[in-house]
Amino acid sequence: MPSPRYWREVPSRLRLEAARCSGCGKVNYPPRLICPGCRGKESEPVTLSKTAKIITSTVIHIAPDDFLFEAPYAIAVVETPEKARFMAQVVDCDPSSVGPGMDVSLEFRLIRKEARSGILCYGFKAVPTASWEAKS
Amino acid sequence: MREVAIVAAAMTPFGELWEMSLRQLFAEAALDVIKKAGVDHLDSIYVGNMSGGCFVGQEHLGPLMADQIGMAGVPSTRVESACASGGIALRTAFFEVASGASDLVLASGVEKMNDGADVTNVLATAADQELEVYHGITFPGLYAMIARAHMEAHGTTEEDLSWVSVKNHRHGALNPKAQFPREFTLEQVMNSTLVAEPLRLLHCSPVSDGAAAVLLCPLDQAKKYTDQPIKILGTGQATSAMALADRKDPAFLDSVQLSAERAFAMAGVGPGDINVAEVHDCFAISEICCIEALGLVERSQAAGAAASGLTALGGRIPVNTSGGLKAKGHPVGATGIAQIIEIFEQLRGESGARQVQGASLGLAQNMGGSGASSVVHILERM
Ligand SMILES: CC(C)(COP(=O)(O)OP(=O)(O)OC[C@H]1O[C@@H](n2cnc3c(N)ncnc32)[C@H](O)[C@@H]1OP(=O)(O)O)[C@@H](O)C(=O)NCCC(=O)NCCS
Ligand SMILES: [Zn+2]
Repeated sequence: MPSPRYWREVPSRLRLEAARCSGCGKVNYPPRLICPGCRGKESEPVTLSKTAKIITSTVIHIAPDDFLFEAPYAIAVVETPEKARFMAQVVDCDPSSVGPGMDVSLEFRLIRKEARSGILCYGFKAVPTASWEAKS
Repeated sequence: MREVAIVAAAMTPFGELWEMSLRQLFAEAALDVIKKAGVDHLDSIYVGNMSGGCFVGQEHLGPLMADQIGMAGVPSTRVESACASGGIALRTAFFEVASGASDLVLASGVEKMNDGADVTNVLATAADQELEVYHGITFPGLYAMIARAHMEAHGTTEEDLSWVSVKNHRHGALNPKAQFPREFTLEQVMNSTLVAEPLRLLHCSPVSDGAAAVLLCPLDQAKKYTDQPIKILGTGQATSAMALADRKDPAFLDSVQLSAERAFAMAGVGPGDINVAEVHDCFAISEICCIEALGLVERSQAAGAAASGLTALGGRIPVNTSGGLKAKGHPVGATGIAQIIEIFEQLRGESGARQVQGASLGLAQNMGGSGASSVVHILERM
């Protein structure tokens, strides 16, 4: 990945900056020029909470080259309390235990070492919460 | 708009075709169509292709392919919409003929996936790079998440998924052009290696090379080229949110429903009128989601439709008689045209052991990404 692109995506990816639409209240992550929900153009910045719930998930066994040595790994669509949904790996647990409904916290981690440029790419990964593990 | 017909069709076998290059694949299918129709010129060419650039380092396929068939000078345009490139190339060709701008238009698709590229990585370019691929998702992974959401919402099981593969391989075993023309048992499917849970190897379409092409002309000129033209009765296209996370319901393919509604409205028919259908079974779960969104079966029957025989040859609505992407193979840019060829042959009564008796109305649905684009065509026997 070219470094200008990595740099451009820092606010949303590394700081979880999103935008709440002034028209319909939808939280768009990352922020957009226009709300896909109502096409409104006004919004206010909001920082996402570092907790979320898993909507759906999988465990990747056949991985792209950059993630070859990490397979099998769990990855999920998660939803924060602000109703922002996005994708994140789920780590620090048995991948096969990951599934819809699971509570997770979002932690700042290394995501990948990009093969071509060597850039260390950071972002958020999901970790099952202690309370979830106690419940199940 | 003028009425439009398909008058000739041809495709290469699908598979790992190590002796054939991207351009040779295209030329073989295209020249075969030109020969079958007996035409000495084309007014325009459309080439559906997902990623010549990433798979073999070749872009600018329009002029390259025109040149390869001795047609340099003819307008030729590459159409890209990930795995829906072929279907959307057909739709674009349809409008060029319907508008009256051209009379003889070649709609084609081609992909060369087996040439040393990191295929998993290249396919993932059809997902959202910033939001999805960055975190290590793969294409099977996206559909695995759709599968899990479907299981969660509708109680769909791994066995339901596996029956789709068993059925499509039974169909594919009857198709000499198929990459895997052989049957698999339910046990073999359910014990194949995991790719992205809950999807296994035998729930996935394979990595394929191949090309397919059809020739379009105004319906009132079609008899010059064939005794049995097939009419394009309706076409519909739709998009959905690019990222899976941005869809209201990750278990429902809304672009498929929307593209079907548009095609049915244009054709003036409904899902209950369709006799045979090719749908985009890139993964077993996709067939379940597609037949449900197309309205070919009731929502409650979609998951069990393959097991119950509803969508098998001899069933109420045979789906993927060609073997589908699963058994026939999925050279991504060529798939949309290959689906049209199966319906074209079915409606002409040319499908041999796979023939759906008396089929007069057929449907083909082709999709790109994790369902961010979908295109539906309805064809009619004249
Ligand atoms: C599923 C997948 C990862 C398997 O790739 P792979 O692990 O590299 O598999 P291999 O090529 O090593 O094949 C292993 C064996 O299974 C067979 N095989 C591979 N894919 C197969 C498939 N989909 N169906 C049936 N058999 C298959 C091979 O012929 C080979 O058999 P052999 O050992 O007898 O020679 C790959 O086919 C894939 O990525 N498919 C999805 C393609 C896709 O996403 N398309 C776009 C959809 S929108
Ligand atoms: Zn809004």
